[in-house]
Amino acid sequence: MLRTFKLGGIHPAGNKLSAGKPIEKLPLPKIVFIPIAQHIGAPAKPIVQPGDKVKVGQMIAQAGGFVSANIHSSVSGTVKKFAPAPDSGGYPKQCIVIEREGDEWEESILSKEENGDSLDAKTIIDRIKQAGIVGMGGATFPTHVKLMPPPGKIADILIINGVECEPYLTADHRLMLEKGEEIIKGVHLLMKALKVTKACIGIENNKKDAIKHLSELTSDDPEITIVPLKMKYPQGGEKQLINAITGREVPSGALPIETGAVVSNVGTTYAVYEAVLKYKPLFERVVTVTGKNLNKPSNFLVRIGTPIKDLIEAAGGSSLNGGKVICGGPMMGRAVNSTDIPVAKGTSGVLLMPESESKRGQEQDCIRCGRCVTVCPMGLEPYLLANVSSKKQWDIAEEHNVMDCIECGSCSYTCPANRPLLDHIRQGKKTVGGILRTRKMKKQ
Amino acid sequence: MNTVIIYSIIILSSIGILAAVILYFVAQKFKVHENPKIDEVEKALPGANCGGCGFAGCRAFAEACAKSNDLSDKLCTVGGNETMEKVADILGLKVEKKAPRVAVVRCNGTCENRPKTSHFDGASSCAVEASIYSGDTGCQFGCLGEGDCVAACNFDALHMNPETGLPEVDDDKCVACGACVEACPRNLIELRKKAPRNMKVYVACRNEEKGGVARKSCKVACIGCGKCVQVCPFDAITLVNNLAYIDSDKCRLCRKCVVVCPTHAIIDVNFPKPVIRGIPKPKAKPVAKAVDATDNSNPKTAEKPLTKTAPLSASKPAAKPTAKKEVTVSEK
Repeated sequence: MLRTFKLGGIHPAGNKLSAGKPIEKLPLPKIVFIPIAQHIGAPAKPIVQPGDKVKVGQMIAQAGGFVSANIHSSVSGTVKKFAPAPDSGGYPKQCIVIEREGDEWEESILSKEENGDSLDAKTIIDRIKQAGIVGMGGATFPTHVKLMPPPGKIADILIINGVECEPYLTADHRLMLEKGEEIIKGVHLLMKALKVTKACIGIENNKKDAIKHLSELTSDDPEITIVPLKMKYPQGGEKQLINAITGREVPSGALPIETGAVVSNVGTTYAVYEAVLKYKPLFERVVTVTGKNLNKPSNFLVRIGTPIKDLIEAAGGSSLNGGKVICGGPMMGRAVNSTDIPVAKGTSGVLLMPESESKRGQEQDCIRCGRCVTVCPMGLEPYLLANVSSKKQWDIAEEHNVMDCIECGSCSYTCPANRPLLDHIRQGKKTVGGILRTRKMKKQ
Repeated sequence: MNTVIIYSIIILSSIGILAAVILYFVAQKFKVHENPKIDEVEKALPGANCGGCGFAGCRAFAEACAKSNDLSDKLCTVGGNETMEKVADILGLKVEKKAPRVAVVRCNGTCENRPKTSHFDGASSCAVEASIYSGDTGCQFGCLGEGDCVAACNFDALHMNPETGLPEVDDDKCVACGACVEACPRNLIELRKKAPRNMKVYVACRNEEKGGVARKSCKVACIGCGKCVQVCPFDAITLVNNLAYIDSDKCRLCRKCVVVCPTHAIIDVNFPKPVIRGIPKPKAKPVAKAVDATDNSNPKTAEKPLTKTAPLSASKPAAKPTAKKEVTVSEK
């Protein structure tokens, strides 16, 4: 009997077109646009000037606050300028533009890993902080901050998120198959940093080869358990994963650490291994490029800052015919209006969806069927939250826990009347979030 | 039987009368003593409860007025000066006449001027679209056309023009309550001073990007050239972040800025006579007769007004060459 989360969930078609494609190194780009804000928190502050020569892995921007991350150059060459480039958020954001010359790496990056047995928690966290590691599942929360729970909150279990419940995306799957040993080493490093003795790796049951491979690697390891999970979206959501693996529920408005669990994506875990044992900062990641009309759906190892048009070209290009280019997966990704958008630390995939699949149906009136309530993994009432948010009744939205929405999109997906529920709920979250912040500030 | 009925009637009536008497005394004892002026003031107000005054409805405004000694910072935008005078009379205070205001949509990014670069497939709301991306054109500051402002207006003063894709304000119905100003996520709508016959001069652009970039997305974008600032005799125009802004309180509607604006970002509305521009409206195909304004029936007379306006631009050398260019074209 496979474990799963208690409330809601949907079963979209998996469409894992690139599951069998090994990770390929994408040919290096001629020019990169590295955004200075690729993470939750304050944007990083550039420490280079136009004209400076940089090497791969050299720090080019420093964390701009406590909740922030360092940024490193992904190519060697000359810093050309600071210029805005569009990002998946829809607006131009400041980037450091570097013209590539060759592929010279920083000398401090080791080609062979060093022994990590004697490292203590503080050193591990420092190296993670230096390397600018952020959550690579897409949330981009700075990892070193996650590993330092606030006083009074103690972690007792580390959960590794190998679920990849988004249809089409296969980057984490390939990483688990090809870099399994390194990931296990990364898990041990994270356990040491958090001072926990128990770790579980959650993997959805559609990745049987990854489950088998990692189970074999950890067969003698008493601290790590591989947990196959029932296929259900959004199993990869932090709160859903904690519920499925431990049975615990994160209270409304609280963070996962309240339940004693810390969740980390496999991509992040692999980056932690590289950062701590090889001193390699985060400047490249695996990105799935996929879509039904694409010639070669693939998984590429891409340098941060590469425009996504390079990836689309390498995957055999495709004529869009009015479809959507989505950064991320079809459920939580963002459709973009330009292929000049650079790959950032949180870009897990580029999906080219033809119009027949991606265009929304004609919006109709709510028929009060209640399907959205059935599928909501957080136990909310999406029809109500969307309705009051569109009518600007923020007090009712707050009362009905709009801030607990994880924006998974299950409600919009299921709605038979094609109502854009999540669009309105997001507005509600934005406004109510602002109201709560103002209220908190006024109290202080 | 009869006695039962009679007794029931007597008992119930007595209970009723007793309750009435008790209620009367309780109502008197717990009566809320309000300033009777508040009721009087409220009667004088329009009763639209639109919030344009900044208070939570007409009653709240009436209370605020009755409480204060000074009405200078209070204005019922719907009732205007007439209503404020009535309120002042009731309260025995003095009030100054305030200039009426009207909502103005400061974007001229019509479908023709500002081509679409993508199609928005989300909920039909400007607030939603603005939070998702920069919009379905190249300009990240312009009107999104989904009509949040139209929906917010309680006075039927805003309507979407299907040809241009922009909202239009009905100057006679607009009461300057400010609902549309708040609804617009791009802060395009402004309450500007209302002029006689609804004449307006304003910069129909809010794009803060550098001129070249702005112009790529929209033909009539403000490029921040500053010609309008130089030519304004009343210091009404300021240029900040590559964008010009005309202060409606200082503007005297002379339209000198309209004449010199190279991209036609500054527009004049509801004037009886069109202004004669030095520079033609940017068009896709080249035009033989440059001047738009006056009657173009006689090319020879159309030619002369150009040289008449040249003195205005004569003091600004930059404008001169273009004026001369137009003359040679029309001489053909």
